[in-house]
Amino acid sequence: MKKLLTANEAIARGFYEAGGSVASAYPGTPSTEILENISNYKDELYCEWAPNEKVALETAIGAAIVGARSLAAMKHVGLNVAADPLFTAAYTGINAGLVIICADDPECHSSQNEQDNRHYARSAKIAMLEPSNSQEAKDMVRMALEISEEYDVPVMMRTTTRVNHSKSVVEIGERTELPMKPYTKDRMKYDAIPAISRQLHKKIEKRQLKLAEYSDSCALNFIVDNGAKVGVVAAGAAYQYSRDVFGDKANFFKVGMSYPMPIEAIRKFAMGLDKLYVIEELDPFMEEEIRAAGIDCIGKEIIPVCGELNSSIIRKAVFGEELPLAEVKTTVVGRPPALCAGCPHRGAFVQLGRYYKDAIVCGDIGCYALGGSAPYNAKDCAICMGAGVSLAHGMKKAFNHYGQTDRKVVAVIGDSTFFHTGINSLTGMLWNNGNALVIILDNRTTGMTGHQENPGTGYTLDGGKANIISIEEVVRALGAKNVRTVNPLDLAAMKEALDWGFGLNEPAVIITRYPCALKKYSPEDKEEFGTLDKCIIDAGKCIGCRACVRTGCPALVFNKENKKVVIDQGQCTGCSICMQVCPKDAISKKG
Amino acid sequence: METKNILMVGVGGQGTILASKILSEGLVELGYDVKMSEIHGMSQRGGSVSTQIRYGKEVFAPTIGAGEADIMVSFETMEAARYIGMVKPDAKIIINRYRIFPPDVLAGECDYPDTIIDDLSAKLDVISLDAAGIAAGLGNPKCMNIVLLGALIKGMGLDTADWDSIIAKMVKPQFVELNRKALRAGMDAVE
Repeated sequence: MKKLLTANEAIARGFYEAGGSVASAYPGTPSTEILENISNYKDELYCEWAPNEKVALETAIGAAIVGARSLAAMKHVGLNVAADPLFTAAYTGINAGLVIICADDPECHSSQNEQDNRHYARSAKIAMLEPSNSQEAKDMVRMALEISEEYDVPVMMRTTTRVNHSKSVVEIGERTELPMKPYTKDRMKYDAIPAISRQLHKKIEKRQLKLAEYSDSCALNFIVDNGAKVGVVAAGAAYQYSRDVFGDKANFFKVGMSYPMPIEAIRKFAMGLDKLYVIEELDPFMEEEIRAAGIDCIGKEIIPVCGELNSSIIRKAVFGEELPLAEVKTTVVGRPPALCAGCPHRGAFVQLGRYYKDAIVCGDIGCYALGGSAPYNAKDCAICMGAGVSLAHGMKKAFNHYGQTDRKVVAVIGDSTFFHTGINSLTGMLWNNGNALVIILDNRTTGMTGHQENPGTGYTLDGGKANIISIEEVVRALGAKNVRTVNPLDLAAMKEALDWGFGLNEPAVIITRYPCALKKYSPEDKEEFGTLDKCIIDAGKCIGCRACVRTGCPALVFNKENKKVVIDQGQCTGCSICMQVCPKDAISKKG
Repeated sequence: METKNILMVGVGGQGTILASKILSEGLVELGYDVKMSEIHGMSQRGGSVSTQIRYGKEVFAPTIGAGEADIMVSFETMEAARYIGMVKPDAKIIINRYRIFPPDVLAGECDYPDTIIDDLSAKLDVISLDAAGIAAGLGNPKCMNIVLLGALIKGMGLDTADWDSIIAKMVKPQFVELNRKALRAGMDAVE
């Protein structure tokens, strides 16, 4: 049976068909749907969300060591978090197959950087596969697990946004049910202490040579021979773009296993060609390996390092050709993403922006990244998951050191991000007598990636009931004395909490607790938060001052002609932030 | 046949994804190789969104570059202008006469550009329709996306597929009849 699947759906299917047993992940675009789709097969395998990527990978390594085919999935920056177990699991090897899916994001569609994670495979000395469409993605999961078992190596499958989120036709197969592989105690293999690791290192250097031999001969790397005098080496989405651009004017060496590189096979391919192009996104990863082997090629001197490729970019770079465009003169207004109508983060950012313009706000990764944009302008910086709290701590320590003890520094972090790594940052701050203010925006879900459960929601990946880990109790257990939980939709309470937190010369934590406006309420949410009546505006009282509009709510429309605001009832959730900032009491609750 | 490129653009939440899913299923039924690409993530928060569908004998690239779209359907008026660099000079453009104000317009900081349909019509093959009005006439404004899909299907000459049964496979039973009507209304609107 054929189906149109994204590579994320195909990876899930591939893991299922290959007898996969244990899967773990932390959500992150563009990888999130891999585990969500694996959970469709929950009756025949086990899967769970982890609090972060390091935990996800370690869980998968554990399962693989005792004999279950396992998978960990993450976005590219997630592998930075999981790099620690990765490098040593590369030493110990596995027992049953282990595949690590790592989704890069060239063009930063939804990420803070566009790092090229292929370097991790080389650096950790593990095998790497790169699919270029959904069928390959499905097939390569099985191949990865088989290579993993054959060569006793964790295998990384590197994808990019355009592969993860593109649909193409996939042939669906059946599941191979596998028994657990027997586990035997073997300290010399699994106990990475210095004396053993020194021996393991020698072993993996030998493994490298065997993997390189395999890469040179395996069917994952293949040639499309058009009898041309020009050759193209490409992998992933760049291979598909190249097929369109070069057509039959080139022979193609399609790289499916990109580490170790099939160098001898490429050397043979290059013989007799007039020109060899290496077309790859981001860094010259393959190009450097090819050049180091003494094979002449054309690569990054014409193909951009920054951003995503497409057919037009490659066509222009190689042939100097540009397609004719429609010649139209018109006007466009920007449409940046904005906090949703009823977003509970709005209360915190409105009050921070209004009353604490001078405070340094350290942001984090989530929807609240939008707090830095107009009209809030309430963010100075963001680096990575969990960094907001430690950045704020470091800033405060530096100010204190230079005697500027009155400088206000605040960290803003979401609930899922707090559990991810914010909890470590807060531990450091509380331990070291730091005194930054920390705001944990608890919207009762993982918002940005599309509402995954997290340790605070009370549910697991498969919708089962779970222990609710209370943020307030965790924060207090770490030793925070000054902790307040507020409803961020109550602007007076929000401001009062900020005044209180900034007024202390001690560490303070404000937890803003209200569900994401798009969240499907759990029974517990319904009981705690109830429902809200929508807001309506009395046009007679509205003076067109636009104070409400400056809260950035997309449900508010200012009519320039009559200088009045209208509330779009389709979008309004009744959060009442507009009502609280109106100086003329023109806004009220319906009913 | 040469690979054909369809571009669907709009604003997060307008249902471009369901429309493109139905379209892709239909293209597979018609025997084409199909690739479809969309962007998730921050664009879901009211930002500009685009979906690209490519079909033909054997499709390679999952996306298109500048000047490659044979047809563009814009679910929101201004988005047609934003993506105009993606279309061929002889492309068909279907524009929904439906405006969603971006933040700066909502806040009264600037005006929504008024002349987009005229600007584009001056140089390109443009059909504009009131898909929201048509959908409302069918009793549910939410099927606006399927009205636009109908217009697109007609525009690409793909109306030979059994869209009725494809819709039955893709939407909840209670919405099948509404969506079938919406699709036909969209086809009729561009005749």
